[in-house]
Amino acid sequence: MTGPMQLLTLMVVLLLLATFGYRLGRNRALAAASGNPRLLHSLPSYHGYYVALWCGLPALLVIVGWLMLEPAILHGTVMTSLPAEMQSLPEERLALVYNEVRNVARHGHVPSTAVVGEAAQRYVSLRTTMFFSVAVASLAVAVAALAFAHRRIHTNMRARNRVEATVKVFLMASSMVAILTTIGIVLSLLFESLRFFQTVSLFDFLFGTQWSPQIAMRSDQVGSSGAFGAVPLFAGTLLISGIAMAVAVPLGLLSAIYMSEYAAPKFRSVVKPLLEVLAGIPTVVYGFFAALTVAPFIRDMGAHVGLSVASESALAAGLVMGIMIIPFVSSLSDDVISAVPQSLREGAYGLGATKSETIRQVVIPAALPGIVGSVLLAASRAIGETMIVVMAAGLAANLTANPLEAVTTVTTQIVTLLVGDQEFDSPKTLAAFALGLVLFTVTLALNVVALHIVNKYREKYD
Amino acid sequence: MVENAIAVTPAQAAASRLKQRYAAETRFKFLGISAIVLSLSFLALLLVTILSNGLTAFVQTSIRVDITLDAETLGIDPVKPSADALSSANYGQVIKNAMYKAFPAVESRPELRQLAAMVSSGADVGLRKMLVANPSLLGTTQSVWLVADDDVDMAMKGHITRKAGAEGSRLTDAQLGWLDELEARGNVAKRFNTALFTVGDSREPEQAGLWGAVVGSFFSLSITLLVCFPLGVATAVYLEEYAPKNRWTDLIEVNINNLAAVPSVVFGLLGLAIFLNFFGFPRSAPLVGGLVLALISLPTIIIAARAAMKAVPPSIREAALGLGASKLQMVTDHVLPLSMPGILTGTILGMAHALGETAPLLMIGMVAFIVDIPASPLDPAAVLPVQVYLWADSPERAFVERTSAAIMVLLFFLATMNLAAIFLRKKFERRW
Repeated sequence: MTGPMQLLTLMVVLLLLATFGYRLGRNRALAAASGNPRLLHSLPSYHGYYVALWCGLPALLVIVGWLMLEPAILHGTVMTSLPAEMQSLPEERLALVYNEVRNVARHGHVPSTAVVGEAAQRYVSLRTTMFFSVAVASLAVAVAALAFAHRRIHTNMRARNRVEATVKVFLMASSMVAILTTIGIVLSLLFESLRFFQTVSLFDFLFGTQWSPQIAMRSDQVGSSGAFGAVPLFAGTLLISGIAMAVAVPLGLLSAIYMSEYAAPKFRSVVKPLLEVLAGIPTVVYGFFAALTVAPFIRDMGAHVGLSVASESALAAGLVMGIMIIPFVSSLSDDVISAVPQSLREGAYGLGATKSETIRQVVIPAALPGIVGSVLLAASRAIGETMIVVMAAGLAANLTANPLEAVTTVTTQIVTLLVGDQEFDSPKTLAAFALGLVLFTVTLALNVVALHIVNKYREKYD
Repeated sequence: MVENAIAVTPAQAAASRLKQRYAAETRFKFLGISAIVLSLSFLALLLVTILSNGLTAFVQTSIRVDITLDAETLGIDPVKPSADALSSANYGQVIKNAMYKAFPAVESRPELRQLAAMVSSGADVGLRKMLVANPSLLGTTQSVWLVADDDVDMAMKGHITRKAGAEGSRLTDAQLGWLDELEARGNVAKRFNTALFTVGDSREPEQAGLWGAVVGSFFSLSITLLVCFPLGVATAVYLEEYAPKNRWTDLIEVNINNLAAVPSVVFGLLGLAIFLNFFGFPRSAPLVGGLVLALISLPTIIIAARAAMKAVPPSIREAALGLGASKLQMVTDHVLPLSMPGILTGTILGMAHALGETAPLLMIGMVAFIVDIPASPLDPAAVLPVQVYLWADSPERAFVERTSAAIMVLLFFLATMNLAAIFLRKKFERRW
């Protein structure tokens, strides 16, 4: 059996070889300069790194290349060796067969048929042979490259320049990861969403008012046709985020004003971190709090005054979400209010304004763009927040504006559609990606606008 | 209006307006302080709720019974007990017999069943461990503390009213009577809940532990740290020290800032589509969880590392370059060591954030019910916040208590990490 442990061993062997290469290179450089490092162009250690890099990188490329190709080779070889009548099966069935072969080979499942068992044995033996040949190949490459680099060392070799050029390439590649992540997000969302829109039209998805994504296993079952109108989801998201913002904006803004304009430095240094604790608590904790304490409390209060409140009311989820995003509003607003130049305040005081008049009529208008930016950032948090709504909001897609009823949100549906057993071809799971695409687009737009406003405002006073 | 102006002198009007304005001032200030008080009282309420619900989970009700380790009932050869026989013996029956003996008056079959149900269905595990460790106990009678069933536990802790038919109570009148009797004999006690910290998940609340989730979180975060610390620092070094000021660099920067604000559930979708479906990584594994969390915390670490590097004065760079150091030597020998406290602080905060992240892990299948403690990052595992989510979903009253306890453990780790970050910042902060 070959597994991650063998791969790890191979890596460790390569690393040891590279370390060995480092020592060889350094010693050879020193020997070439007859023990006097001053005669060398680069420090001896750079010669060492030079050899080590030559030793490690090409071999690593071999291994990575194999890791990329391995699944395709295995799939091709195992499938073509299956009996002819099996190969003529439709594509989905073949994929299932291959899946079983892999499970038998890798996780020791019991094969359902003898054919699968044989295929699994071929899979294992092929994989083992391939692994050992790749291990030998990569080690051979490493040794050859080591010998090559070792021979090239002489006193005038520009080892430092070459090593630093390699490191620079690594640094550049690292900075690419952020770009790659974004590309990965966009591509995976787009790709799966396009497959979704092949079965459900874009118009129905964006403007339909029926959401019942239950697709049955067979197309002739009752209720097998799902409806994918996402309007109730958008409405629910807006309702809950709206409640959250109605809680967070006044509380956060007033806290920020008090802390930046009134509070003594000591009070501020204690209260500000405490408020930020609210943002540091995991959202799953808020979800538990909402479902366990807040929702029953609101339901009981409603019962007292004769209102019927759903036990998963939008109000409970929104309220708790609002508490969570208070610090997002307060911290950023605090910063922008503090950044308003003192001269503006002094001008207002000089005209006889009281402190609150100065704040309301001078400071806030001056800080308004930044405050709007912070509110937009908080709104994007609220829209993308998942755990609170998964645990405290409902699953039924009601199209309502009544905060006492249960509504569902985009994020709740993404989680519900994808948790549990998945088939990757049903519109049900693909719908989650379409929802993800909407979510990504909306939050991205909110962030871009918010950052733009904040940055523009900053330039004004710098 | 005109009449008013005649009736009061301008000075009087100004004075009364001033009074109003000062009142408005006081009101405004009061609004500000009450917003802060309200926000903080929410925080206090949250913590008090968790504490009051969860503190009792650290103890577990146990029942003391005299157990006769009868070789015949156990089905073990008394002369030469083999290890195999010892570990597969019928401990459940021995425990039942001991319970029956404690209440000899009980005779009817349903009542006997209720009596046996007062002890946890997993109590035999402890007994087996005891006998396997010390086979000479075979045939003796031992006084043993057995873990009680979760309903008994809840009644003992007062979370459920000790009355048959009370809300959430599944205990019968007879069981409550036996419980009173046991208590009077001093055979019921609340002992430290070791299971909570030593075993994995279970369907039975009294046998459910957090250890599997703690280990899973540890594996995930290790992967996250291994991936995103080198990548984050390398990116920050490139952007701060090497990158030319051009459109491409701007694009990378905008990208990083935007990634920091992408909802975490979208990263879960990415992990599902790329890591699971495209690369075929195992589901529910900390490896995939760690990779997804690494992508989530990468922007945080890059931003923190860049800020720390920016704070290193240019004079230090110039001095290094002036003495003949190359750019890389300047970075590795001067800039990085000087900015390391800041980078580490940012990394710890990023890790703390990753520890509390739940939603993306649900997407990649880390919600499975997993009893075994994971032995490697490739084994299926739960992580702490997901364990909280799973337990919060369970209907038993005893799981409410355990969920709160799990949250306390999670918050404890988060607080420790944040305090470590604050300590690092305070201790090594340098101003030039």
